[in-house]
Amino acid sequence: MTAKIVFENVGKTFQARGRTVTALQNINLEVRDGEFLVIVGPSGCGKSTLLDLLGGLSEISSGRILVDGKPVTGPGLDRGIVFQQYALLPWRTAQGNVEFGLEAKGVGRRERAEKAREYLDLVGLSGFHDRYPHELSGGMKQRVAIARSLAFDPDVLLMDEPFAALDAQTRDGLQDELLRIWEKTGKTIVFITHGIEEAVYLGQRVAVLTSRPGRIKEVVDVPIDARSATEDLRSDPQFTHYRHEIWSLLRDEVDRARSEELESSDV
Amino acid sequence: MSSITDVPVALSERVVPVAGVTASPAPVNPWYRTGARFLTTVFTRIAAIGALALVWQLAPQWETAPGEYLVDPTFLPPLSEVLVAWWDLLISGELWTHTEASLVRSAAGFGLAILIAVPLGLLIGWYSPVANLLNPLLEVFRNTAALAILPVFVLILGLGETSKISIILYGCTWPILLNTVSAVRTVDPLLIKSARSLGLGPVRLFQKVVLPAAVPTIFTGIRLAGAASILILIAAEMVGAKAGLGYLINYAQYNFAVPDMYAGIITISAIGLIVNQLLIVTERRFSTWRTN
Repeated sequence: MTAKIVFENVGKTFQARGRTVTALQNINLEVRDGEFLVIVGPSGCGKSTLLDLLGGLSEISSGRILVDGKPVTGPGLDRGIVFQQYALLPWRTAQGNVEFGLEAKGVGRRERAEKAREYLDLVGLSGFHDRYPHELSGGMKQRVAIARSLAFDPDVLLMDEPFAALDAQTRDGLQDELLRIWEKTGKTIVFITHGIEEAVYLGQRVAVLTSRPGRIKEVVDVPIDARSATEDLRSDPQFTHYRHEIWSLLRDEVDRARSEELESSDV
Repeated sequence: MSSITDVPVALSERVVPVAGVTASPAPVNPWYRTGARFLTTVFTRIAAIGALALVWQLAPQWETAPGEYLVDPTFLPPLSEVLVAWWDLLISGELWTHTEASLVRSAAGFGLAILIAVPLGLLIGWYSPVANLLNPLLEVFRNTAALAILPVFVLILGLGETSKISIILYGCTWPILLNTVSAVRTVDPLLIKSARSLGLGPVRLFQKVVLPAAVPTIFTGIRLAGAASILILIAAEMVGAKAGLGYLINYAQYNFAVPDMYAGIITISAIGLIVNQLLIVTERRFSTWRTN
């Protein structure tokens, strides 16, 4: 398979309180076309920054990111982002929110309505098209957000801890649903999380980031086939094996992140 | 793997018809219970006002000693006398003349304030350096009572309509302007980020995200301004007017037509209530989505 997204020596620095903070350093990573890649790392390691750079929402300090061989220079409809806090427009219905992305693309009114229904159906929200966000549960809001990002048909779906704010049961359900949608649509998905189980459950490959400054520590292949068909994947010995592997990789980083946090708060 | 997702859970809350079991109809309250609740609500709503009316009616007639009343009826005539005076003013058409003059001034000042302050506020709020620069000044103006500046308006614009409408315009501008500025500035940054990720340019971002997000807060400003327009109006009309409810109240007091004075006061408080209620209903209509 060809590389859909290429990170080449990507670095990002911030100015905070007069100091230069290095958030990301020397990120080299390739994401294959149609792949489900999960990026996992300790909190504050710059995972979300990485996604912002890929989404074109903030500027790269060094290196470059290529999508389909072209460098990212700004936001674009070839990449759809799903945020943790849904980012739905509260004055629009579910349908209106899904149409929002289509409006940005310049799709005509009738086609917009059709597409929006189609994608609401895909995420299992048929019959909820006229509900406002405040009438929907957290899980349903995230479904709407996913439908919105899929509807304008981006090649790549970027997901920034999309299920972190949901309760465990809802999260499990949505993970299955996302796998089903991924298999059905063939999108390339870059999924960010701090949950190890979630990473192993979803990712074909899992990239483990170090604590700040964020670097790629290791990319772990998780060759579990037909995830969505496997009953109770989490009890599978394979699953436990990969979970442990990633847990070991992350443990040192989490420890380091914590001691750094304590040091900086001592000052 | 459990296939529980939140959607089927939400769906299962709906009534699912099961064979052989007929859903029992929702309990219907008998008419007398509904009626009783309605009456209780009505009573709660009007009890305090009713009590005030009763005291107003009885206190000036209560003779504590021969020729001595609980409240001097010369200064506070019983409510019935005030209502008779009000009726007479209404029949003679005088009340309408004054009300019309007042409403025209109020509406002109209020309307102009909306036309000026909303676009200006959007502009100031959208360009944050401008907002940072102007905000302290706006706060100074807002916290300077409009009536304190009334003499300045009279000095410059004279005693005519221009100065009256201007002072109302002035008083209404600040709440609308400040609310509009803060409405634009407090739009959820995540919504803006999400819209930017869709490649929306500044103009469409403003039109599709910032403006709709700002509407409820702008309306709060408009409602405050509506209340202000009535308050300032009366004071403005007490200075050198020839018509208007403020003039009526002031003129009646000078001429010791005390029942007429109270008739004017009752009218203005009724107008204030109605205007406020209308604005609350409008505000609610524009911000239904904000109920979380």
